[in-house]
Order: sequence, then C-alpha cells, then structure tokens
Amino acid sequence: MNARTLLAADPTLADFGKDPLWISIIKAVVIFVVLMLGVLFGVWFERKLISRMQNRYGPNRAGKFGLLQSVADGLKMGLKEDLMPRTVDKVIYFIAPVVLGVPAFLAFSVIPMGPKVSMFGVETPLQLTDLPVAVLLVLAMASIGVYGIVLAGWGSRSPYAVLGGLRASAQVVSYEIAMGLSFVGVFLFAGTLSTSEIVAAQASGGVLNLGGLQIPMPSWYMILLIPSFLIYIVTMLGETNRVPFDLPEGEGELVGGFQTEYSNSLKFAIIMLAEYVNVFVVSAVSITLFMGGWRAPWPISMWDGANTGWWPLLWFFLKMVLVFSFFVWCRASLPRIRYDQLMALGWKILIPINLAWILLVATVRALQIQDVNRSVVLILAALVMVGCLGIWWRFDSVLQKRKEDKAAQIQAEFEQLQAEPTAGGFPVPPLDLPHYHGVARKEVSSGSN
Amino acid sequence: MGATDWLNPIKGFGVTFHTMFKKVETVNYPEEKRPTAPRFHGRHQLNRWPDGLEKCVGCELCAWACPADAIFVEGADNTDEERYSPGERYGRTYQINYLRCILCGLCIEACPTRALTMTNEYELADSSRESLIYTKEMLLAPLGSGMEAPPHPMRLGETEEDYYRLGRNNG
Repeated sequence: MNARTLLAADPTLADFGKDPLWISIIKAVVIFVVLMLGVLFGVWFERKLISRMQNRYGPNRAGKFGLLQSVADGLKMGLKEDLMPRTVDKVIYFIAPVVLGVPAFLAFSVIPMGPKVSMFGVETPLQLTDLPVAVLLVLAMASIGVYGIVLAGWGSRSPYAVLGGLRASAQVVSYEIAMGLSFVGVFLFAGTLSTSEIVAAQASGGVLNLGGLQIPMPSWYMILLIPSFLIYIVTMLGETNRVPFDLPEGEGELVGGFQTEYSNSLKFAIIMLAEYVNVFVVSAVSITLFMGGWRAPWPISMWDGANTGWWPLLWFFLKMVLVFSFFVWCRASLPRIRYDQLMALGWKILIPINLAWILLVATVRALQIQDVNRSVVLILAALVMVGCLGIWWRFDSVLQKRKEDKAAQIQAEFEQLQAEPTAGGFPVPPLDLPHYHGVARKEVSSGSN
Repeated sequence: MGATDWLNPIKGFGVTFHTMFKKVETVNYPEEKRPTAPRFHGRHQLNRWPDGLEKCVGCELCAWACPADAIFVEGADNTDEERYSPGERYGRTYQINYLRCILCGLCIEACPTRALTMTNEYELADSSRESLIYTKEMLLAPLGSGMEAPPHPMRLGETEEDYYRLGRNNG
C-alpha cells in the first residue's frame, strides 16, 4: 500500500517455515486444544446468549452459571452406547464425521492470531503457518468438509439423511462461489492471498488520490469494501449451515438431515464439534480479511503497546466473541428460509452483485496504478458496463415477453373454458345452466355464479 | 407504519437485542417457589368436622365420578362404640392413586358432604408406584385445635341438628 509503515513485529510471508519443529508442534497442539475448549465455551455461550434473547436464563444448573453444561453434554455423548444402525454403509458412516472434523481444524492453521512474539526464546509469529495462497486453503478446507456432510448423508442409507446431505452440498457449493468472490475485493486491495500480509495491509489506511484530492481511507476492509463484507457475512452463515440457512438439518422437514442416523454418540459429538469449529473458522476469516485481524480496534490502537507482544491475542479473542455473538443473534432473530429462496439469494442476488462490485473495485484499483493509461481503463470499464447493460436489457425483454406470453395463455384458457365447458372431454356442466339461475330469476343465491 | 417500513425484514434483530436487557420471567423452580392460583387443583384432602370426626360418609360418589378410576373407597358402618363420622357410615378404606389421577376435580364436585377438597400442594413426584397411592391417613386433614382423633362420639351439641348446625358454622 501507499504509505504503510510496517512495524518490525509484523510478520510477513518470509517469516514462516522457519520455526523449529517443537515450536510448530506446540502451536498446533495449542490451536487444537483452544479450539476444543472454544467449542465447549461456544456451546455454552450460544445457549446463554440466545436464552437471554428469548427472555429466559438458559443452562444454569451444571457449575457456576451453567459453565459446565457443555462438559456434561460431552461426557454424556462419550459415555453413550456407540450405535451402528444395521443398514448403514459401515465404513463411510464411520469415516464421515472425521472427514467433517479434520478440515475444520486444519483451516485454522493459517489464521493469524498475533504478531511475532518470543516463545521460549524463539522469535515466532502467533500463527501456525502461512502460505502464499492461505485464504484459498481455508476455502479448500471448507469444500472438503462438505464431503463429510455428503458422506454422512449417503452412508446413513436413509432418505432423510441423503436429502439433508444433498441439500448441504448444493448449499455450500453455491455459497462458496459468492464467498470466494467476496474475497476478491480484499485480494485486489491487499495485493496478496497470504493471511498475515492481509492483516498487515489493514494496519493503516492508505490515502486515496482522487484527482488531486487526498482522501484518507479507513484501514479495515470491512468499511472500505462494505458490499464485500456484507456478502461475506451472508455467505458465512450459509457456508456453516447456520440459521437462517440451516436447511441441511431442517428438523421440520428432514428430521435431523444428514445427522439423522447419528444418534447421540461420540460420532455425533464430532459432527457438532466440526460445526462449531467451522463457525470459528469463518469468524476468524472474517476478522482476518475484513476486521483488521489481530490488530486492536480504534480507541485501543491509540495505545502504543496495543499491537505488540501477546496483547493481540486478546483483541483477536474479543473479536471472535463479537462475531460469534452475531451468529447467535441471527439465530435468535431470523426464521429459516425456504430452499428455493436460499438458492435464489445465492445465485441471483449475491453472485451478480458481487461481480458488479468486483468490476467497480477493479476499475478503482486500476486507476490507482501510477503510470496507467486511464483512458484505456475507462474505455474498458465503459465497454463492460455497456455489455452488462446489453445483457440485462436482453434478459429483461425476454422475461417481459415470457410474462406477456404467460398472461395471454392464461387468458386464452379462460376464454376456452367459457366457450367450451366440457374442457376437452371431461363432462363439466356449463357455468350458465338454466337451472342454476332459473329461467327468469336467480334461484340459487349462494355459489360462485 | 411509515418511513421505516423498508427496515421491517431486519427489525427482528432489534427485538432480540432489546429482549437481552429485559428482566427474565423464568422462575428458578426448586429454589424459588411462587404461590399457586387460589383455586389450583392440587393434592386431595379429606376434611373433618370441628370435633375431629371425618366428614367422609363412604358413599363412593367420588369414586364413581372419577373419569380416571383413581379413587378406591370402601365404606363401613359406624357403631356407637366406634364412631368415625356422624351418621351411619364412614369410609373405612380411602385411596387415591396419583399415577392415575388427572386432578380434574370432578370428585370434589361429586362429594355430598364437602369431605373431599383439593389443596394447593403440587409436589407429587416420587420414585415408586406404591408411594404414589395415597391412603386415608395421608389424605386426612391434620387435627386442628379442639379436634380429637376418631373414633369418638359426636361432640357438637345434644342432637344431630345441633351437630350439623355447629359444624357448618365452625367448620
């Protein structure tokens, strides 16, 4: 970016892959343990928060404030008989929860949680690893997780489970397109796909030079790229099968969806775990890509030490809690939408809006390049706009024609019914039989005629 | 109605957010108990006359009225030596099975002597079937002041008319 000042503690891509093995192991184990504990805390937090939103207390029996509730639930699931229904495909049924769970944890390995710190005398970033295409890794892991859902549905050999699994796959694939597109704006501005460098790019907003006018830009992409952010928020709910997009497990119509046959055993616990970890992953991605990552928010960031040492872990955790609370808030506020609405929202609204927004962002970015031939950029943009308008006009006129045809067809059917009451052979009495109305006066006062 | 109609789809967020800061209506039951409505249908009680004699005359109307067949009554004759209730008969055996009882109160309506009424006690859970069949001793009202456990002679006035008049006014 233009006038970015990088602190020495800011990790870049070059800082990764240099940890000794034992440091990597420590980081991996800590991430794993924190995620496991985070799920316990998350379940409790979600239940408590949604309870308050529904004017009740929520769990308050096990431990202080019910804090041990999810521990008790987990123990109960672990101690239950591990049922294997007779008709399931045993291998797939057994493996599906694992396929669901492992990628969810893996995705967290590229989430930056802090700057470089000294860990047992080794200078290392608070992030397990980073890649030049780290964000793509997150998307890829989310896609692999879908296999878990599909396999769980398929391996269960039960119609409800299969339907739930198919719904989940269709939904996640559709929303992943919109999700990937909402990242494009971030990539265009940050100029990198590495998570640590995206966070670094949000350290300070650059200055937009608009025809000699110096406009300081906000540093978080959440504000700078607000359409991308809003679309990401929606796709984030869709991607994790959360309310209002929790159709794969829509208990109203599909019993439990893909997890119908996983009665409350440890396998079900793994499915629940994977769902929550997925929620944490998309929350962490939203923080990393749009909310400045581990960097302190504005009032705190005025303090010089806010972004150094171990403090950023706290900011990261607080942001996670906030985003997770948003998930819960949505769950408390929104009804589940219909499947056709889900697909229409994904394909007809989110993706086209996203494409248009990317076009705009790309144009702005192209204009910011120093020695660019502006007329070429503008002409290209204008051409694309004209093309889009042309396509839109073409679609619109076709739709209009279709609508008119449909109306004419319905009108014709009505006319035919009037003219020929037998309607192609079935003996339907004509609508104006004399005995309906009498010869001179109306005898029957009720009825449609 | 009006200018903010376009916000309707997301107004629900405001409702849930607002509810978070409202007082929770939940009653933490075992720790915190609220009184029931005055005419709550709780556990039954077999009442007594002011001298301690039982009001139940063993007529079995309650058992006949019971739609769940939860009441079992066996009447027996009072004698002058062993008197449990004023009049000829008393309920020797009286049992209510609270596993069957639906607490509808039809037995109360059927009772001709106001012997059977309902209390506001609702904590009837238990862990065995036997303990939920309440017998006569468990259902009888406790002895109040001036009462004496039957059997004993009628102690309210000289005649039966006196007895019932006094009993109605003092009971």
